[in-house]
Amino acid sequence: MDLMEKLTILSDAAKYDAACTSSGVANVPSAGGIGSTAACGICHSFAADGRCISLLKVLMTNVCIYDCKYCVNRVSHDTRRAAFAPEELADLTIQFYRRNYIEGLFLSSGVIKNPDYTCEQLIKTLTLLRTEYRFHGYIHVKAIPGADPVLLNRLGMLADRMSVNIELPSQKSLGTLAPDKSKHSILKPMSFIQQKITESAHDIVRYKHAPRFAPAGQSTQMIVGATPETDFQILRLSESLYKKYSLKRVFFSAYMPVSDNPLLPSLDTKPPLLREHRLYQADWLLRYYGFEAKELLDEQSPNFNPLIDPKCNWALNHLELFPVDVNKAPFELLLRVPGIGVTSAKRITAVRRTGSLDFKGLKKIGVVLKRAQYFITCSGKLPDGLKITSDNMIRSLMPEGYAAGFSDHGGEQLSLFPDPSKVFKEDVQKCLTGQI
Amino acid sequence: MFNRTNLIYRYDGSFDGLLTCVFTCYEQKEWPLDIVSSLNVQDTLCPARTVDTDLVKASRVAVVLPQKLSREGAEWVYLGFLSCHPKKELLLLDFIRKGLREGPKIVRMLTDDTVNALSRAVYHLTHEAHLLSGFVRFSDSGGALTSTIEPKNNVLPILSNHFCTRYPGEYFLIYDKTNDLALLHEPGKPSSIIAADEIELPPPDEQELYFRALWKQFYDTIAIEGRYNPRCRMTHCPKRFWKHMTELGAGFISGFYADYRDKASSREGKDMEGGILKRSAFPDETSIIKRQRSM
Repeated sequence: MDLMEKLTILSDAAKYDAACTSSGVANVPSAGGIGSTAACGICHSFAADGRCISLLKVLMTNVCIYDCKYCVNRVSHDTRRAAFAPEELADLTIQFYRRNYIEGLFLSSGVIKNPDYTCEQLIKTLTLLRTEYRFHGYIHVKAIPGADPVLLNRLGMLADRMSVNIELPSQKSLGTLAPDKSKHSILKPMSFIQQKITESAHDIVRYKHAPRFAPAGQSTQMIVGATPETDFQILRLSESLYKKYSLKRVFFSAYMPVSDNPLLPSLDTKPPLLREHRLYQADWLLRYYGFEAKELLDEQSPNFNPLIDPKCNWALNHLELFPVDVNKAPFELLLRVPGIGVTSAKRITAVRRTGSLDFKGLKKIGVVLKRAQYFITCSGKLPDGLKITSDNMIRSLMPEGYAAGFSDHGGEQLSLFPDPSKVFKEDVQKCLTGQI
Repeated sequence: MFNRTNLIYRYDGSFDGLLTCVFTCYEQKEWPLDIVSSLNVQDTLCPARTVDTDLVKASRVAVVLPQKLSREGAEWVYLGFLSCHPKKELLLLDFIRKGLREGPKIVRMLTDDTVNALSRAVYHLTHEAHLLSGFVRFSDSGGALTSTIEPKNNVLPILSNHFCTRYPGEYFLIYDKTNDLALLHEPGKPSSIIAADEIELPPPDEQELYFRALWKQFYDTIAIEGRYNPRCRMTHCPKRFWKHMTELGAGFISGFYADYRDKASSREGKDMEGGILKRSAFPDETSIIKRQRSM
């Protein structure tokens, strides 16, 4: 089998992994080496599905001894199998890297023979890259659950980021769809990685050249929409993962029907892209905006409203806190205003030190007022000519596509049960798919 | 304190030249109508003063900027000079004047017209440079790497550091077609940016074509069909960059996009203008756009 065929099979098998980030660490090459990393991460291309391509995302092999129902590489699936030789993959990575196609390598693998053997194959490839080619670019590697801790340790020393996929949001779902995996077998390597990262962070303080274990931290991914968990359960799970295992990122992957199994949604199900988008929005609120999962959702309303983004939804339920005055409100409160993000909040706090801000000024410094205007005042004043009616407000808080339809039908009443599969223009454009 | 004149300053288009202009303004206590680079000469009816670059004068300004305007402010002056703002020289002169009056807080006065315009120009430049640090595509010709870009701003001085750190052992060249400049790097030597009018890059050899094909194949394979979203791709990777990107350039149409296009054209026959933009994998979105148009 030639390289072109292998690359096709093994990147096709890896594409359902959401993570393709290259951020979190800044490296410069040693003498005679090649490659560097940037803390902010760099996107090298964008695929036709709008997702960023930063790393060469491939599997070492798509041969797998496990039979997870949701996975394209499950042993019972009739598909073509291939495997890279370590030398082959290392050379391909360098050739792509030299041409500035990629930021580094994202290496995962099906489990061939046994977890230890698989892990050794990954280590061989990474060792070649790091020592023979003196490659200092980004390497994200998947920890193979069930592999020997000694091997995992060696793997982590070679990589920038390590991850274990949690796959499904609950033990029960794992039991039905991935009989060979358990909550324990996934969380064990996760806490091992966390422990190693903490240890090496301590060492680096004492010894300047102490080897670093996965300096860009660890991440995980779960499939959304294959099993019946609610958004609230998923969000609470990711919150506790951030807290307990100090993860850098939790990725969500809208379930793409890949197999016809009575336990799974049928093959013609559309991927719940809007739901994934809302979860990412909420994930951002957890990580950068100081929100907690229980503020955004609760037992009574356990799922996000597909029409309104989570932050707007929260604000509408807490109207007693608004309006806030942009000239006085603390940074944390500014962050909670719908339409004001981290950049805008930072700009506002910087600018108001030099003089008071009015609505014209806000517009000038790039704050988008479409949503924000209903929640703020400038030195006690509301925007000129703004009529606060529930109709106006709903229209500006909803995505554009829906708002257009709203006026089209002469003020048709909002349906209580909107079509959840609808994806709106604005959301499509903004759909980050969590790639930053 | 300045005497408003209808003089036009001419300088040699270098950063030192611009700093000399700033020095001259303060020395002569006069405010020019415009400052133009002699690289893009235009005849005007207004009287002109040719300002010869004077390194001593320039360095006196260069020393004072970080002291009075803060390091960030001085950085903005340099970055503003690299930007593609059509009146950048006059904008920078005004920024420096205000900066000397207001001090370090100048960089926070974003509601001021001058500061606002400059900060936007600087953002446009640094953002473009960041995008290009990913979108630059090298071709290997006989061991040396070559690349062509067509940026709006003068990004090479910013990209230089990034690529020199990344490929310390490579011979490489990045040709900036817009500004007629080229960044040259040889291992072990400091990089240089030289003026380059027309650079004819060698055609790709067989090995180069092979890796391009591999990359193209990877690019086409990695996208998930069920999530096809060209609008999102265009937001993140604007079309003006596509021309010089291996996977999106001339040989772009292939793979599932081609299948999709064939299907779409057989379904709707003639209505293919702007097909990529207006059709998406989400039927709901298409119908929304149609509805808006019919209104």
